[in-house]
Amino acid sequence: MEGDIVQMGAYIGAGLACTGMGGAAVGVGHVVGNYLSGALRNPSAAGGQIATMFIGIAFSEALGIFSFLVALLLMFAV
Amino acid sequence: MRPTRAGTKGQRMATEAQGGESGGLVFHPMDQFIVRPLFGDGGVGLFTLTNVTLWMAIAVAAIFALLVLGTSKRAIVPGRTQSIAELAYDFIRKMVEDVAGKDALPYFPYIMTLFMFIVFANFLGLLPMAYTTTSHIAVTAVLAMLVFLTVTILGFVKHGAGFLSLFWISAAPLPLRPILALIEVISYFVRPVSHSIRLAGNMMAGHAVIKVFAAFAPMIAISVGVGILVTPLSILAITAIYALEVLVSFIQAYVFTILTCVYLRDALHPHH
Repeated sequence: MEGDIVQMGAYIGAGLACTGMGGAAVGVGHVVGNYLSGALRNPSAAGGQIATMFIGIAFSEALGIFSFLVALLLMFAV
Repeated sequence: MRPTRAGTKGQRMATEAQGGESGGLVFHPMDQFIVRPLFGDGGVGLFTLTNVTLWMAIAVAAIFALLVLGTSKRAIVPGRTQSIAELAYDFIRKMVEDVAGKDALPYFPYIMTLFMFIVFANFLGLLPMAYTTTSHIAVTAVLAMLVFLTVTILGFVKHGAGFLSLFWISAAPLPLRPILALIEVISYFVRPVSHSIRLAGNMMAGHAVIKVFAAFAPMIAISVGVGILVTPLSILAITAIYALEVLVSFIQAYVFTILTCVYLRDALHPHH
């Protein structure tokens, strides 16, 4: 058992920051789920909306990646 | 974020893990992202040849081989290499046309270059012992800043001050417009940040996950009791995650290019 309390705080913070990824997971699941339910109702219009779905996924996912970045910064840069 | 500093810490943690009790990780999963000079053990300067530059050069050489050498025969019935090159060309051309509009086609070569570089860097990074150049924010930030500057300059050149109407949403009610303008300006300037971090973060996280599961695979050599259970599971998990990473590598290149197309559309048609 060694190390200082600042490092402990950084590691706990890194772990807590990872909970943000759960939010991104909910968001991405929401986007794809809604896309699927819409696509099953109107399959002929589904093909044209795949690009839009990926843009939505990307925006939603970016915030999860931000939390991952915060965790990495706490682990390696602070 | 300085990769060298993370690297030294990673190395320290790796040696600690090696010296520690058996059953821990043999290497640190972040070790693969250390920037090392190709020749000698000196520091990494501005013009040092490193493993990053080597793998970027390999990516460019591979793109050249696919697009230039692969299509040099110009066969009417294309072979396998020419088919892949034509497939990639058609895919990006259709994306630019659909998302950014017909008048964005003069900028198609730039977007094609971006897509090919990112997708090749991502795929080459999946090879064992390879280096994922796109996992570094330094690399992706340059790509994203170039997109951001190109799009901003293009918007002002094409529309002059009219480009600012991108932030002034005329469809919204008048009292809301200043608030929306503030939000739009913030989201406009966050674009290069999220654009670069999305790619770098995805690549870094994915490749680190592969390494974490790869570290569990030699468990059978360390501890016979638990290892018999862990090793086959770990090999199955690596296979599955590797397949997922191939998909993610492609999707991230696709997302980067499609967002470039979206930004380009905003520059060409700023009026909502």
